[in-house]
Order: sequence, then C-alpha cells, then structure tokens
Amino acid sequence: MRPRDYLYPVLTIVAILVAWELAARAGYFARYILPAPSGIAVRFSQMHAFILRESWHTLQETLYGFALSVVIGVPLGMALVSWHAFNRAVYPLLVTSQVVPKVAIAPLFLVWFGFGLMSKVLITFLMAFFPIVISAVVGLQSTEIEKLHVARAAGASKLQLFWLVRLPNALPAIFGGMKVSITLAIVGALVGEFVAAENGVGRLLLSASGNMDTELLFAGIFALIVMGMGLFLLMEVLEKLALPWHISQRPLQESP
Amino acid sequence: MVEIAEVSKEYVTSDGRLRALDRLSLEIRDGEFVSIVGPSGCGKSTLMLITAGLVAPSSGSVRVAGTEVRAPHGDVGIVFQDPTLYEWRRVLENVLLPVDIKRLDRRQFRGRALELLELVGLKGFEGKYPFQLSGGMRQRVALCRALVHDPPLLLMDEPFGALDALSRDQLNLELQTIWQRHRKTVLFITHSITEAVFLSDRVVVMSPRPGRIGAVLTIQLPRPRTFDFAETPEFGAYAKEIRRIFEGWGVLRS
Repeated sequence: MRPRDYLYPVLTIVAILVAWELAARAGYFARYILPAPSGIAVRFSQMHAFILRESWHTLQETLYGFALSVVIGVPLGMALVSWHAFNRAVYPLLVTSQVVPKVAIAPLFLVWFGFGLMSKVLITFLMAFFPIVISAVVGLQSTEIEKLHVARAAGASKLQLFWLVRLPNALPAIFGGMKVSITLAIVGALVGEFVAAENGVGRLLLSASGNMDTELLFAGIFALIVMGMGLFLLMEVLEKLALPWHISQRPLQESP
Repeated sequence: MVEIAEVSKEYVTSDGRLRALDRLSLEIRDGEFVSIVGPSGCGKSTLMLITAGLVAPSSGSVRVAGTEVRAPHGDVGIVFQDPTLYEWRRVLENVLLPVDIKRLDRRQFRGRALELLELVGLKGFEGKYPFQLSGGMRQRVALCRALVHDPPLLLMDEPFGALDALSRDQLNLELQTIWQRHRKTVLFITHSITEAVFLSDRVVVMSPRPGRIGAVLTIQLPRPRTFDFAETPEFGAYAKEIRRIFEGWGVLRS
C-alpha cells in the first residue's frame, strides 16, 4: 500500500475518536457508560503491565490452540479426502462438533482438563480447527485431473502425487482457512477464560465489568483488537512468503 | 515401437454404456510421427491416455517397446491442450518435474532443460512463474517438460489447440525442428487437418464415435516443411483427401 492508501482509514478513525471524545466530554453519559478515549488511554497506560501480562496469557492459549488446529486440521482434511470409509465415519461427527455451541462445551472441558492452560487450548482448538479442515478438503479436491496425469505419466507414486501436486495445489485454500481460523482462535480463548480462569484478557474483562471499570474494559478490548490485527497480519505475511506465485499475491494492474 | 492391438474402451455413464473406442489397432514405428485427426468425441484423447497407461482399456492391449502397458510406465512425455504447468514452480522447475519424480539428479539435467528452453525461445525466462508468461510460452514450457527426461515416446493431445493461429504455426515449426533433431516417436492428436499433414509421416483419420480407424494416409512430402509449402498442390491434395473422408461420414458438409 502507498501512503495515500492509509489516508482514508486513518482519517475515518481519527474522526470517530474526536466525535466520541466530544460526546463523552459533553456530559450526556455517565463515565461508566461511555468513557472518553483520552480516559481509556490514561487507564491503559496506568494498567499496561497488567494488561500485557493478561494478553500474553490469552495470546499463548490462542497460538497453542491455533497450532493444534493446523497440526490436526490439515492431516484430518487429507484423511477425509483420501480415505472414503474414514470420511463417512468421521464427517458427521465433525459437523456435530461444530453445531454444538462451544460455550456449552467449555464447562465440560473444565471438568475434564482443569482450570489451567490445557482446557483453554482445547476450547480454542475446537473453535478454530474446522475452517482449516474444510479448506484443506476443498483445496486437496480441487486438483485438476490433467495436472495429476502429467505427474503420473512420468511415473509418480501416490506419495509423490501428494507432495508434488495435491498439497502445493491446496496451499492457497489452506491459507484462506488459516486466516479465518486465527481470528476464531482468539474467540475460543476468550470463551474459555469467560467460563473460568485465573488469568487472561477474558478474566480481566469480567473483573473490570464487575467493578464498573469501563475504562479498563475498553482498554482490554483495545488489547484484543491489537492482538487480532497482529495475528491476521502475521498470517498474511506467512502467506506472501509461502505463495509468491499465487493469484492473490499479484499486483492488481499487472496482467500477463 | 508402439503396438495398439484391438483396443476398445467403454465408459459406464448415467445414460448407459458409452463405447469410446471400438477394436482399434495401430502400429507406430520408432521415430515415426503419427497424427490422429477426428471429430470431437471420437475417443482420440482416450486412446492417448490408454497409451500412456493412465487409463486401462476395456479390452485389447497396448505394447510400448515390446512391453504391455498396464500402468504409467514413465517413458513418455505428455502434452495436453492446457499447459498444466504447476503454478507454484518456476519455469525451470516445471521443466525439471519429471526429473524430480524419477528422483534423478537435478544438476545433471539442468543443462538439458536450459538447452530445451533456449530451443523454444525461452532463454532468460527460467526464473519466471507460469502466470508471468503468455499462453504460447506456457505451452512451450510444457513441451520442454515432456522432453527433458529424453523419453522415446511423445504423446500430444491437441497441444496447440488453445493457441492463436500465429503461435500455433510457430510452435508447429518448432516441434518439427525438435522432432528432426531428437527423432522421438510421436503420437499427435489434433482436429486440424493442416496441422496433421504438416507435421506427420502418417495421418490416421478416425471415425465419429465409437472411434475406429477410417483411413491411414502416408504423407510423402520432403522435410523440413514450411508454411509456404503448405500452399502447394501436393500438400493441398492430402488435406483434400482427408476432408473428403470426413464429408463421406457427414462430419463435414460442403
């Protein structure tokens, strides 16, 4: 993006913040209903060590849960595509796991896995792995038959067909799934923390809410926004590095 | 030497059985360039896939160099109408694909790959991705990929069918040059009569479905052939003869 491209979003955000600040200062709302952005900023800097520590907890849960989603989701997608009986047996279970609201499962996981990191990571995983499985399945199934013919005619084994054709062909779809997944992973971590936790931004939000500390609530939300943005950008960077050849990475004006 | 003996192929579809090939027999000598022309859906692509071992015949057999083809044998180069390059590989890596599959030493074949690319006018494009090339350039890369492991047999299924007329003529000339230099056995499938006569030692004319051989013409024209030469009466006589056969079947109406 060129500097000009940043201009519009930045101007919009500045305009919203100014309007918000003015509305808050005008005194129509109580401070615990709508604190001013300046007040939130002050509260953030007062509490920054605490917010950082809790964010670090949430970030760890998110990343572990996401990593687990990739490590399990991609091979699961492969198995679903290449093994028919497995597909029939497991697919309904997978869909069921997604239909059940994760908030309803969370208390069960606490009973099973305790109040620590483990239960949060598993709830995060449950929330985040599905898009990866689906995108892996779509990507692996979309290999053109002639691309496989070319490799098979040269004598490629099944394993070679997978590593040399199917997997690289599926990577753009898998990255698409990972981008959806990483944002869901944060939600999963928060759900876990809401149900029961000693740490994390979820815990921070609950206690701030209980204390009517709305400025701290907003500060926590701000931390989550920064975290979400950062993780999404990280995915985009990884995607750019992994798929320099893909259509999504080409400059808009250039046509071959 | 390719021996296609009494090959039939039936597909089971939702409307019942579909006979794509009907007891087709054909022999191709080593180093011979044979084209198959025929109307759409006459099973000529199926014949090529069977010869490559990618599709099994319903009955009959194909032998390549004396061995019956039951599975892909790896000793062919194959080119389809679509270049089917791997978008994630650069040009040179695409050409080296068969080398990777056969677990041969890339370094050893690098020189040959570059030589082939130069031969088709793609020197300097080794490091590009397929999306950075034009359609004709991509098909040239596909041709190099089919040749890099020096297979004795080249199977081409309407390789230039999707190109503009100029690129097509150009690639016909380049293919002729490559063939004269390397003397591969070529089975070339096309629906262009001119292309078939221009390139071939023999042209096999296939009937509408179920595909059978309607006629085989031996093209006795000197090489290298040029497109000026394609205007001559001798050349025209062959093309006319093929058109007559299609008219006889009602595939072409005048």
